[in-house]
Amino acid sequence: MSEATSSSGLNRRQFVRAGGAFLFAAQCPITFSRKAHAAVGGSMMNSFVRIDPSNVITLLANNSEFGNGAYTVMSMMLAEELDVDYRSIVLEAAPTTPEYYSPLFREYLTAGSVTTGSTFMPMRTAGAKARAMLLEAASRDWQVPTDELVTHGGQVTHAGSGRSSTYGELLETIHRLDIQPPETVTLKDPSEFAVLGKPARRYEGAGKVDGTAQFGIDIKLPGMLYGAIARPPVHGGSVVDFDATDALTMPGVVKAKAIRAGVVVLADSYWRAQKARAKLKINWDRGANDGVSSEQFYRDYREMAETPGMLAEDIGDALSALEQADEVLESVYEMPLLAHATLEPMNCIAQVEGATCTIWSGTQYQSNDQEVISRFLGIPQENVTIHRPLMGGSFGRRSSKTADYTVEAVEAAKGESVPVQIIWSREEDIRSGHYRPLFVHKLRGSVDSSGMPEAWHQVVVGQSLMQGTKHDPNYMVRGMDIYSLDGCLQEPFGVFPYGTSYAIPHHRVESHNAPKIGIVPQEWRSVGHTHTGIAYECFLDELAVKGGVDPLELRLQLTKDHARMNRVLKVLREKCEWDKPLALGRGRGVASRVYSISPIAQAVEITVAENGDFTVDRVVCVVDCGFAVNPLGIEGQVEGGVAYGLGGVAFGNIDIVDGEVQQSNFHDYPVMRLPQMPKFEIHILPSDEPPTGVGEQATAPIAPAVANALFNATGRRVRRFPLSSQGFNLV
Amino acid sequence: MKLTVNDKELQINSDEDTPLLWVLRDELNMVGTKFGCGIAQCGACTVHLEGRAIRSCVMPVSAVAGKQIQTIEGQADEKGLSPVQRAWLETDVAQCGYCQSGQIMAASALLSENPNPTDAEIDTAMAGNICRCGTYPRIRKAVHLAARWMTEEQSA
Repeated sequence: MSEATSSSGLNRRQFVRAGGAFLFAAQCPITFSRKAHAAVGGSMMNSFVRIDPSNVITLLANNSEFGNGAYTVMSMMLAEELDVDYRSIVLEAAPTTPEYYSPLFREYLTAGSVTTGSTFMPMRTAGAKARAMLLEAASRDWQVPTDELVTHGGQVTHAGSGRSSTYGELLETIHRLDIQPPETVTLKDPSEFAVLGKPARRYEGAGKVDGTAQFGIDIKLPGMLYGAIARPPVHGGSVVDFDATDALTMPGVVKAKAIRAGVVVLADSYWRAQKARAKLKINWDRGANDGVSSEQFYRDYREMAETPGMLAEDIGDALSALEQADEVLESVYEMPLLAHATLEPMNCIAQVEGATCTIWSGTQYQSNDQEVISRFLGIPQENVTIHRPLMGGSFGRRSSKTADYTVEAVEAAKGESVPVQIIWSREEDIRSGHYRPLFVHKLRGSVDSSGMPEAWHQVVVGQSLMQGTKHDPNYMVRGMDIYSLDGCLQEPFGVFPYGTSYAIPHHRVESHNAPKIGIVPQEWRSVGHTHTGIAYECFLDELAVKGGVDPLELRLQLTKDHARMNRVLKVLREKCEWDKPLALGRGRGVASRVYSISPIAQAVEITVAENGDFTVDRVVCVVDCGFAVNPLGIEGQVEGGVAYGLGGVAFGNIDIVDGEVQQSNFHDYPVMRLPQMPKFEIHILPSDEPPTGVGEQATAPIAPAVANALFNATGRRVRRFPLSSQGFNLV
Repeated sequence: MKLTVNDKELQINSDEDTPLLWVLRDELNMVGTKFGCGIAQCGACTVHLEGRAIRSCVMPVSAVAGKQIQTIEGQADEKGLSPVQRAWLETDVAQCGYCQSGQIMAASALLSENPNPTDAEIDTAMAGNICRCGTYPRIRKAVHLAARWMTEEQSA
């Protein structure tokens, strides 16, 4: 099965170079052993590092690559401590076994912008321990002290004797002398870094310019059938019966069958499967969501927001303070459902053979896919093998807790003697996907005599991501979903060790979980902040206007006790020339957020025309992500995060009417395009703190910063999103 | 039917109404050209037809029989990567990379017509190519860099 079995998803040419022997380990779970043991194609120095006699160094990567730069930073970290070129390291997908689960999530999951932070020590330690064994081997074999040895470019050298060996050549000595990994090892001091902290181009970049990068959709297996699924018009609907007579007469069509997701047509090409799908006659049960609408959700949620919710935070006495205030500001913010619209549509290949199942799937969430599939097929989890191609974007979509696009491929392949590939059309992606849930926030606030925010009362209403899932114990706190509230709370909450960075003396936040209705909510880049960021930062702007305090000055004041955010805002003020006057029709806005520890702030300048058309002319972004492992990668993630958030706030809208999603493709679910992309400036603050994430952070502040700038330019406050629904069109 | 792809004449058996995209991907196994929307809205499937950028997802293969088609697989030649590809690498444009075949094909068609485009001209020519990762600032930079290299290489 040629290239597909070899897929840790890298450039196909790299596998040719790496040779077949290495691929074996990806399919054979490697049991953790402190004793270096000979594996096919090389020796495992530890769980993550394998070296073969010809000096090929393989990193078993337990984080996935979907544009996030995981492969680059992981290979950089290993390369730093092992003194090799990061581009010379061969990456292989680490098996989906508990040994390789994320220490943070305790699952095989790449999410939450934590890859850099959570692999920083493990990858470096793996490299340093492997290096220590190589040094010990050379030292004992050559009878020279370890501290006279130098490692460079995959070689150990002893200047005094002129001796030199490649790492691969030293394997024999390691085995002969039974050299064991050290218990502890000293990592390099940052002052010695040759790789980390320096701009590094994308590890797998070459295949992404010559068309050879292998995505899931690109994999071809012998005899493979292509499947296209007709899905119910309403989320939660199901097939009553269907007539496939016409579809089955079409050339190349093999079969049509009902599965839980709808009716799948199997054919010898995707085009033929798609064409035949259009000929199906299906009688649908529209299910419980027939008749639901986004407008009804807004009405219901607004009503819920008028009632007391579960109490998440109560600092000071906000209710009394508001009662006693001369004037109370009150606003309701409404944020729609959003699709992720990854450019590579969802797809998965599955093959079911007896009590084993193999999938080829771009996924952030291998352990969950494995779990869902094993439950569906009634087979042990270890009988599910997952091959990992590259992913054409994810933004949260490919961390599906229901494993929707994965398990449906397994269902389609069950009973077939060949592998089946399901590919979603863009219309299925927009209409039948998982969404950022719709949210309503009700806010009340007052200012003190100096104009600063004094009391804050926020009620958050929306569907929980985690409630009722296996994550409930970890991410629900007293019935509240910490993701629904992330970015609203001043104090740490649940497993999130950070707050907003602001200190408002009276601060009360309540939460309602909206009813679960079968429209599946899913993490969308920056998760809670996609709505809490807008509600919080826009209402803060409202209070600033009310109190007559400059909105950036107000944030500087509120963050006096949060040194890292305060520094970010000070740099922002200087870099964005905040105090420089703007012409009529132009406006400035600011927002600052803490997501997954990293503080980030953005200032934007916009120009608005009479008819509401506006351009975002300039975005200045300051971020403190601790030690900046790869500045080039950080810049890319932050630019991309801005583009994603700006498109979302400008025109992102999944609207449900009579149970049906109204949008279907990029013509009516517009996303950012090149002409709309602002001029962009990033300032990464130097820091000795441990590295933290940037992948999602930049998505959070851009939306409120732009909405605040629109107010600044026009005096009109948008409280229902997207901006295009309120007459403001990003051009 | 016969197709000329990257200067090679190929016999194909797909149905006549099959979009060129799926002939390339599923029959010819040239999977560098990507599927993104199926209605010429995203540009992931961009290839050159007689030197001009087209969306292969809406082009029936029967309409291009006998014409010159170039795909991402034909960008590099015996001397190596094209200047546009090299500029893309140098600028580290790609993130997920899924749209980049289409971006590179759109950029190279632009540069063959307009060797020194302004930012505004780049914006217009590339507006049909969506990048969900938001690599747009680097796309602009890379197009300018490729333009410079191509001019330098021609005058050299």
